[in-house]
Amino acid sequence: MTFNRIGLVAAFLSTTAFAVPAMAQSVLRIGLQQEPTVLDPTTDATASIDGMLAQNVFESLTTVDESGAVQPQLAESWEISEDGLSYTFTLVENAQFHDGTSFDAEDVKFTFDRAMADDSTNPSKSIWEPIESVTVIDPRTVEVKLSRKDAFLLFNLAQGDASIVASESVDDAATKPVGTGPFRFDGWTRGDRLTLAKFGEHRDAADVAIDKVEFRFISDPAAATAALMAEELDAFPGFPAPELLDQFEADPRFNVVVGSTEGEVILALNNSRAPFDTLEARQAVSHALDRSEIIDGAMYGRAVPIGSFYPPHGPAYLDLTGMYPHDTEKAKEIFEQAGVAGDEIVLRVPPFPYATRSGEIVQAQMAEAGVTVKLENVEWGFWIDEVYKKKNYDMTIIAHTSPNDLGNFARGPDYFYGYQSDDFDALWDGIKTEADMTKREEMLKEAQTYIAENAVHAFLFQLPKLGVYRDGVEGFWAASPVLFQPLAGVTID
Amino acid sequence: MQIFLIRRSLGFLATLFAISVIVFLVMNVLPGDPAVTILGIDSTEDARAALRAELGLDRPIWLRYGDWVWGAVRGDFGTSYFFRVPVSELIAERLPLTLSLAGLAMLATVLLGVTLGIVAAANHGRTGDWLIMVLSQLGIAVPAFWLSILLVLLFAVKLRWLPPGGFPGWDEPVLALRSLVLPTVALALVQSAVLARVTRSSALEVMRLDFVRTARATGLPPGRIWGRHILPNALVPIVTIVGMQVAAVVTGTIVIENVFYLPGLGRLVFQSIANRDLFTVQALVVMFAGIVVTANFLVDIAYALIDPRLKGRLA
Repeated sequence: MTFNRIGLVAAFLSTTAFAVPAMAQSVLRIGLQQEPTVLDPTTDATASIDGMLAQNVFESLTTVDESGAVQPQLAESWEISEDGLSYTFTLVENAQFHDGTSFDAEDVKFTFDRAMADDSTNPSKSIWEPIESVTVIDPRTVEVKLSRKDAFLLFNLAQGDASIVASESVDDAATKPVGTGPFRFDGWTRGDRLTLAKFGEHRDAADVAIDKVEFRFISDPAAATAALMAEELDAFPGFPAPELLDQFEADPRFNVVVGSTEGEVILALNNSRAPFDTLEARQAVSHALDRSEIIDGAMYGRAVPIGSFYPPHGPAYLDLTGMYPHDTEKAKEIFEQAGVAGDEIVLRVPPFPYATRSGEIVQAQMAEAGVTVKLENVEWGFWIDEVYKKKNYDMTIIAHTSPNDLGNFARGPDYFYGYQSDDFDALWDGIKTEADMTKREEMLKEAQTYIAENAVHAFLFQLPKLGVYRDGVEGFWAASPVLFQPLAGVTID
Repeated sequence: MQIFLIRRSLGFLATLFAISVIVFLVMNVLPGDPAVTILGIDSTEDARAALRAELGLDRPIWLRYGDWVWGAVRGDFGTSYFFRVPVSELIAERLPLTLSLAGLAMLATVLLGVTLGIVAAANHGRTGDWLIMVLSQLGIAVPAFWLSILLVLLFAVKLRWLPPGGFPGWDEPVLALRSLVLPTVALALVQSAVLARVTRSSALEVMRLDFVRTARATGLPPGRIWGRHILPNALVPIVTIVGMQVAAVVTGTIVIENVFYLPGLGRLVFQSIANRDLFTVQALVVMFAGIVVTANFLVDIAYALIDPRLKGRLA
């Protein structure tokens, strides 16, 4: 008996002795609202796949920093031909995949050919649309030839959809992602957590402070709050509930950081049918709305109003919120003249809190301007079918979260906006192919103004990025110019 | 007994078949497009078409149903559109958690509900009875998800005795049990409140009968009167309710798993319906239906064991 007890004590002591070095490992526990479906960012648009894996497990030829500027990554430099139709990338020398295979120009060619193929299911296939051919010059040089100039190419190639994959490992990428990034995939319990471990062989491994990253999937806002309060998490970079932020701000254990995202929240108007096929009726909607009231009610004041379709943190941003100032009387007058006043307008709202909450306020503000809005809260599948595919709606509220998505207005009358303008199409073609930054910014400003003047939609606010961090956690981006969040620079005390 | 078993098994299969047809039809009638859900609203039409072809969504519905049935009888329930792994793998990963949660919740329900019911009946008209009835009334009135939030605030956030959610897996049994305590309590409290009331009234009814009075008059000790006379005769309504509660607890896990972010089947049901993940929904609904039908079947068997007079019903 005594012997057993000593044995037990010894066993206990030895486990605690071994536990000490394990404790010294720095583990970063991050809460995420959306769980991933698969782990391959090149076949699925689920935002959390990019959020966890792009730039952490996977790398791309280029990357984007917090300001949205393009930076080198697997390509250490590039040269663009005079005519802008040929890009020659020089690749880094010492990158390797987590399974031990080396990275070279063949991997770039394989990745691009795979994404461009006819049977490719890449969610951002349009990135490769201007690319004509990819040629391996030598193991460290790859040449990409375009059929037309593309000013967004280097930015687009930084996205998770353009992650560089290897032919040896891509078939299992849905469950076992293998990339060249600073973290390697460690494990995944579907629905519960996903873990990454520091990749010691990475060329910049010395600069990575975190040994292990643990993503926990918590969709319910109340549960997310409880997990943070119980100190089960170090960070919740995309906190889902603005109404719950006050308690974190009041608590010295936490830091709350509110930044911008690429998500423009719009009250989309169906331009292809009455009443919003006329400019007057659309302008009247803009006059009827009070953005500050919508932001206070729907986002608890934590959002920036927008007057067109471009993020306020972008370099070419133009504040156009004053173009159609809130004026209920004026709206009422135009609605009456246009014969809209008696009609019943259908507002179909998808099941996202920012949309459902905004919907109720829009309904009330339209009522003040003499228009009855029938508010229908619909399920996401229904929205995709009826609103997005069949354009069976008058108004809807949706956030467009892709970067550089002003081009949506050039997608033609079949897109759910039902909008088509030759002037805008020409303007967008110019923007897409203009390599000179200053000129392109001027044209982007022109495009913003054009969309705002034509009141294609009513523009509400920029979706904020609400981050809650345990005190001592540093290095998370305040804003998200892209879907990914590099963790190599994050530190914890 | 054998005829009964055969008849019930045939009914069981017919029920599952009907459910599978209904789910297949409903999921196809519902608006939605897995290709757009997976690739996002900014994807190109040709990428979506390629994905639809890859998932087999471009084939006629009756062909897809036929394939599914043919696969199902051979144990292949199809591949999830979203997770791109066999549905049977998804279910196998999550079944242990949901079964443990439902099992623990039923155990707690029966222990707590029957005990409280007996105590209330034994103290009929006194303070104990009154207190239990008030508490059980409260228990019935409180929604489980709200109770869950209160439990988390008190035991996880304030006192830090238990984790606020998540599940580390059965590889770490102590941690796993700890993380199931609050969800089990949240599920069981409401159900045991119902069961306590049923047990109490059923026991009270039997206590008024002549044979109990006779037993008392012959001087049998109270424990023996309860164990040999009251409880066995009060058991039929209790078992009926417990059978119904199995269904309630199993479906109740859908809400509870969301509140406690547990990776169980309930969460999977929720997600796969929203995502129009046909084969996953199909398999899950059939399985949940199977659990409920099995519970009813076990209740029928239990009747025969409790009350010999009911044996005739099994013929």
